[in-house]
Amino acid sequence: MHPHISTFYLASVRVRAAELLPWIVALAAFFLFPDFLSLGARILIYILLVLSLDLVIGYAGIVTLGHAAFFGIGAYTAGILSAHFGIKDPLLQLAAAGTVACLVGFGTGLYVLRTSGLTLIMLTLAISALCLEVANKATSWTGGADGLSGVTIAPILGYFRFDLWGKTAYLYSLAVLFVVWWLVRTLLNSPFGASLAGIRDNRTRMEGIGALVNRRLVQVYSISAGIAGLAGALLTQTNQFVGLNALGFELSGEILVMLVLGGVGRLYGAFIGTAAYLIAQDQLAKKFPEDWYLGVGILLVGVTMFARGGLLGALDSLTARLRRALKL
Amino acid sequence: MHKHPALIGLMFTAVWLATSAPASAQTVKLGVVTTLTGSNSLLGEHMDKAIRLYMEMHKSDLPPGVNVQVITRDDGGPSPDKSKQLAQELIVREKIDILTGIVWSPNGAAIAPLATEAKIPTVLMQAGASANVTMSPYFVRFSFGTWSAPYYMGAYAAKHYKKVYIAVSDYAPGADSEAAFEKAFKEGNSDGTIVGRVRMPLATADFVPFLQRARDANPEAIFVFVPAGKLGASIMKAFGDLGLDKAGIKLIGTGDITADEELPTMGNTPLGVITVSHYSGNGDRPANKAFYAAWKKAYGENSIPSFTAVHAWDAMGGIYHAIREQKGKLDPDRTIELLRNYKTDDSPRGPIAIDPRTRDIRQNEYLREVKSVDGKLVNVELEVVGKMVVDPWVEANTK
Amino acid sequence: MLLSEIVSVLFHGAAYGTILYVISVGLSVTMGLMGFANLAHGVFAMAGGYTLTTLMGWYGVPFPLALLAAFVGTAVIGLILERLLYSRLYDAGELVQVLLCIGLIFIAVALARIGFGAQAQRVALPGYLQGQVSILGRDFIAYRVFIIIFSALLITALWIVIERTRWGAIVRAAVDNGRMAQSIGINTAMVFTLTFMLGSGLAGLGGALGVDLLSVQPTYPFEYLIYFLIVVALGGLGTVRGPFFAALLIGIGDTACKYWVPEFGSFFVFLAVTVILGLRPKGLFGTRA
Repeated sequence: MHPHISTFYLASVRVRAAELLPWIVALAAFFLFPDFLSLGARILIYILLVLSLDLVIGYAGIVTLGHAAFFGIGAYTAGILSAHFGIKDPLLQLAAAGTVACLVGFGTGLYVLRTSGLTLIMLTLAISALCLEVANKATSWTGGADGLSGVTIAPILGYFRFDLWGKTAYLYSLAVLFVVWWLVRTLLNSPFGASLAGIRDNRTRMEGIGALVNRRLVQVYSISAGIAGLAGALLTQTNQFVGLNALGFELSGEILVMLVLGGVGRLYGAFIGTAAYLIAQDQLAKKFPEDWYLGVGILLVGVTMFARGGLLGALDSLTARLRRALKL
Repeated sequence: MHKHPALIGLMFTAVWLATSAPASAQTVKLGVVTTLTGSNSLLGEHMDKAIRLYMEMHKSDLPPGVNVQVITRDDGGPSPDKSKQLAQELIVREKIDILTGIVWSPNGAAIAPLATEAKIPTVLMQAGASANVTMSPYFVRFSFGTWSAPYYMGAYAAKHYKKVYIAVSDYAPGADSEAAFEKAFKEGNSDGTIVGRVRMPLATADFVPFLQRARDANPEAIFVFVPAGKLGASIMKAFGDLGLDKAGIKLIGTGDITADEELPTMGNTPLGVITVSHYSGNGDRPANKAFYAAWKKAYGENSIPSFTAVHAWDAMGGIYHAIREQKGKLDPDRTIELLRNYKTDDSPRGPIAIDPRTRDIRQNEYLREVKSVDGKLVNVELEVVGKMVVDPWVEANTK
Repeated sequence: MLLSEIVSVLFHGAAYGTILYVISVGLSVTMGLMGFANLAHGVFAMAGGYTLTTLMGWYGVPFPLALLAAFVGTAVIGLILERLLYSRLYDAGELVQVLLCIGLIFIAVALARIGFGAQAQRVALPGYLQGQVSILGRDFIAYRVFIIIFSALLITALWIVIERTRWGAIVRAAVDNGRMAQSIGINTAMVFTLTFMLGSGLAGLGGALGVDLLSVQPTYPFEYLIYFLIVVALGGLGTVRGPFFAALLIGIGDTACKYWVPEFGSFFVFLAVTVILGLRPKGLFGTRA
């Protein structure tokens, strides 16, 4: 690496003020909306999942429709550890879930990442469908369609119990999300992140300069799978239950929608998109329990017509316009 | 399936009133978590309609000054995390007195620890997995357990057939139905043989190959369990297409394959199909006739209530009983006590009671046959094959 | 006995497969031609199904006319949506396209529910298509015989259009190299619109033909999408024949599995996709990935 490149990356590692915003908002929400913590915890967990998706789609250009497989594998790993092996410590479960999902991501990544485009989408989709079918059939392990019950979780560090109000769940999810965000951010600002961007933008050229493209892709895919697994474990722990929907095709589609809605390849798109989508859905569903699909559908079509870069993209062009207006 | 604009208006007004009326001291808050979107929204829709119909018709049954406020939430299908979130919000934010609805068993299972911790009496209007009701001491079930209908079907089959083929959907309730049917069939007739069996994927569009295979095994009857809805209609279609009735093979199953609301779309194929269920729209009881008439008056002549509507109707009966007895000031433990001892002879399904020990419903299982009455196909009740019974799995597995 | 089993598997598999093909071929062509992965393709098939059930069930329109209406009606819907929405996103990148499609699916699901209710729609077929027909001493389900014959004729016509007519040549040219086609004076925008219309119309026709197999209900576009995509991916892009063989493979393979190894039934399709695409990323007959 050339010295000036590493300085460039070191310089950009410094956290800008705006990057603190999500965390301030998240903490403020904890105190301002104590009645919404359950929804809040769900949002945080899905942000983690969507963040992992952004890593593969936004930074490595791997379009997948099977990411829920890793989320589900993580969720079932945590659940099965508790229900069948009596391992109830949340942090231990988290580590195990991340590891298992990461390994599965590595194994399947070696197989599917040789392809691209529609083929890649179909392969990821088919593999996640196989995972779902296995979970449906292995009822003695997973409970099948009835779900895996009997999951109990010990207090975190032996002290913080998961409470009815969702306080622990919220802060715990927030803490995990923060740590992962920090790691992902550091990773993306390293030469590793730069080589990913290179692959995404011009694969042939990266191959030309001797980058180990396939190895990089498998690495990032495994990391992303591991993060999705962590999110899955959080889901299990905050619900003390796992159902087949954690592995579903619909979930894979939904998180893709959240990501594109927020903005792809921008790290914070996952935060904005997920929160916007889940809050919109929650509010619409409460006002119009039967017809909220219509509203969400119109919202999505509207975004593609008027805000292609997602919400963050729209924000960019808005600020750009404002700046121009102010200069004039 | 046109809805009446006036009715929709009325419903919106009702929702608006229900959600915006200031809660007085005498308001009982009822949280409903149900499924109003997704591929099985019909069940949730019927639940919702039955709840509103019951409330409309039983205003005068409430003690003076007491009113009931319903807060409905859509869980979108089997999604434990979402239903748990919704239930949690209903409990901590809306401060509901009673939680009800709950179409899906996994959703019920996810809510169980909440109900226990928050001491919220939870009245299950569906959630049929046998084990579900055992998961919280604050659960009471007004629907049915998955083991029940196939068990009594098996007992009946043991007396009438020697060779039976079993075809069930490949998921947990299907496996339960298979086990329950086979247990009763073997108990009833040690000579009887299961000549073959198959578990069919839920995502099956075409049942012909499965039934063709069943036909080749040459059974006297095929026992089928698939979830009510489009799959029931699809399997009936395949049965007719293959001409199995002409080949002398009898189709038997749980009420799901001849669901009242699906029968009109099935042509004449279901004629003669034998099923066991706890409710038939055709049931000849005054309470049922009154319920049917009220439903049709409110929702149109072409709307046929499903069994879920009846579960919801009866659950509301239990809930109103608990409200009356406590004069609108609900204590969770007292509510559960009242609900677990609830009984009535006036349900559309006949006499029902909650079994105090298991908190599960005690009801009749009827043997029915599809017949044409006044040019319409209906499930005609032939006899009571399980008299005031509790789900056999729950009976055996509750400590 | 085994021969009889094989005949029945081939027969039922072919009926299922040809329906899948009629619905999916439009998706394959639009994907090859415009590079647009139209995940909302199932919406058109559903629209065809509802057109048929509504016309026949409520207005007593005869079956052949209702089929025709399903084709024409969905082609018109295709035209409107292509001009209004799809055409604006041809150069927008696949993620935005996916978002549009999912949005359209949501809207279609909600509208179908409001208009027709949550229950699956069924329709009584005309008497001449009910029951069984006897061919060479064996009974076959009459409606499925009709499906196979009708689809075979339709497919032949389609192939003749694509392979033998001037318009077909233009489409093939645009698929092979859109820019080159444009530079020699082909109005590719027009080609896109017409092809999209035809593809939507065929999906509608397939949806109408298949009312008995794929039940028509609001969540149709979600539930069967995956099968349409599989047919396209296995068949390979840029060909109208590839998806045909892929659809037959899926139809017959799936039926054979259900029949002989039912416990493996739900795995077959996905395992086949995983293995085949792993070995042949371009699909069975594709010229490009």
